[in-house]
Amino acid sequence: MQYALMIYSDPARYEALPEAERAAVSAEFAALADDAAAVSAVQLQPAETATCVRVAGGRTLMTDGPFADTKEVFGGFWLVEAANLDDVVELAARIPAARFGGVVEVRPVVAR
Amino acid sequence: MLEEVFRVQWGRVLASLVGFLGDFDKAEEAAQEAFAIAAERWPATGVPANPGAWLVTTARNKAIDRIRRERTLAEKIHLLPVPEAVMDEFDETAIKDERLELIFTCCHPALPLDGQVALTLRALGGLETADIARAFLVSEETMKRRLSRAKAKIKATGIPFAVPGAHLLPDRLDAALAVIYLIYNEGYSGRVDLAAEAIRLGRVLTELMPDEPEAYGVLALMMIHHARRRARFSGDDLVLLEDQDRSLWDHARIAEGQAALDRAIALCGRGAYVVQAAIASLQTAEPIDWPQVAELYRRLAELTGSPVVELNRAVALAQAGDPAAALRTVDGLDLDGYLYFHSTRGELLRRLGRAEEAREAYHRALELATSIPERRFLTKRLEQL
Repeated sequence: MQYALMIYSDPARYEALPEAERAAVSAEFAALADDAAAVSAVQLQPAETATCVRVAGGRTLMTDGPFADTKEVFGGFWLVEAANLDDVVELAARIPAARFGGVVEVRPVVAR
Repeated sequence: MLEEVFRVQWGRVLASLVGFLGDFDKAEEAAQEAFAIAAERWPATGVPANPGAWLVTTARNKAIDRIRRERTLAEKIHLLPVPEAVMDEFDETAIKDERLELIFTCCHPALPLDGQVALTLRALGGLETADIARAFLVSEETMKRRLSRAKAKIKATGIPFAVPGAHLLPDRLDAALAVIYLIYNEGYSGRVDLAAEAIRLGRVLTELMPDEPEAYGVLALMMIHHARRRARFSGDDLVLLEDQDRSLWDHARIAEGQAALDRAIALCGRGAYVVQAAIASLQTAEPIDWPQVAELYRRLAELTGSPVVELNRAVALAQAGDPAAALRTVDGLDLDGYLYFHSTRGELLRRLGRAEEAREAYHRALELATSIPERRFLTKRLEQL
């Protein structure tokens, strides 16, 4: 079964970390992508780079910034293959954002 | 008589079917079918020697028949490990007790708490949806939705039907115990006695996990409290522990709770439920060793960090003869919105001869009281000042 692990974190918390710790956290996250369970791992550029797109009356409208203006921003996701929810929760708990005040939302992927 | 057999067997039968079919709804359907056949046959043939095995076998066969009939599910037949079950050979020992797996599925923290509670009562307790609805004062429709949402989430998110591994077990056991204790604390209304139901579930859990002290702790706690419930009300009036008529206590039940507590302590249980059970047990003694009760509340406060526990510790200190120390403790607590904070302060102030302040505290408690017995109790206290 496939699950998406969507990572929400507070960038301010991450930036407040000392340089060395930041590097360690980044390396830790990168290593997760190499885990056997990982199908893919995607890390997004900061929320300031976001553009929101809507189509209304046939016109494409653009606005600057992320969809929701909250302290926690969607920072990336991890697609994994796992036997059940308990295994996924263990994987999710290893994502650094989960212990730095962020949250990982776990959702099963619709099977095709 | 049949109803009792069904109640006893339901959890085991359903657990076995969920394990076999890997699907809650199908398992429930098959179980219901088997129970219906039994209800029809058993009055004439008598209850078989192993009713559980008979029900599981019948239900399995029904489920297999159904899957065969449903052509769209044809390919799934190949996934079923036991294609033919023989109806006349019942060996109960061959049917694994999978209720523990069922408990951990129903009490999975990924489910909403009200869903965990409802599903535990339905799947393990074998209660009817309508009765669960009535017990929680919601419509049957609402309860049906709650149950089907929980079952749908189990299926869609792959909540496992398994006993968690050793590294997950302590947290998950806590979650299961919390569900059982919550059911206990819902008390009872309507046809179903939730407190008795919770005790049944607690008993099942200790049978399935005979080395878990906290499981015995929660069972002991529920039993000792439950044993005193007839003495807790006089007509519609609340009766405080010290004023309770002890002849109304169920002493056999207390002894049973005591035995569960002894077992918990023998297993080196030091957790929150064990400490609470020990407190409840001390409170059945005559006279009550209040300094010891206060000491246990101190330990419980350390474990839980709860100001309500501190409030109880203060009550024990007062009972031990030091209302001034008790009041100091109470005044340090941030519990302004809590009824018992104010009623406790009222009582302590009364004992210290500060009637005016006591009156004020009781009035504040009365503002927060919602139940009629509570209001009556507080009004009486005010009159006595």
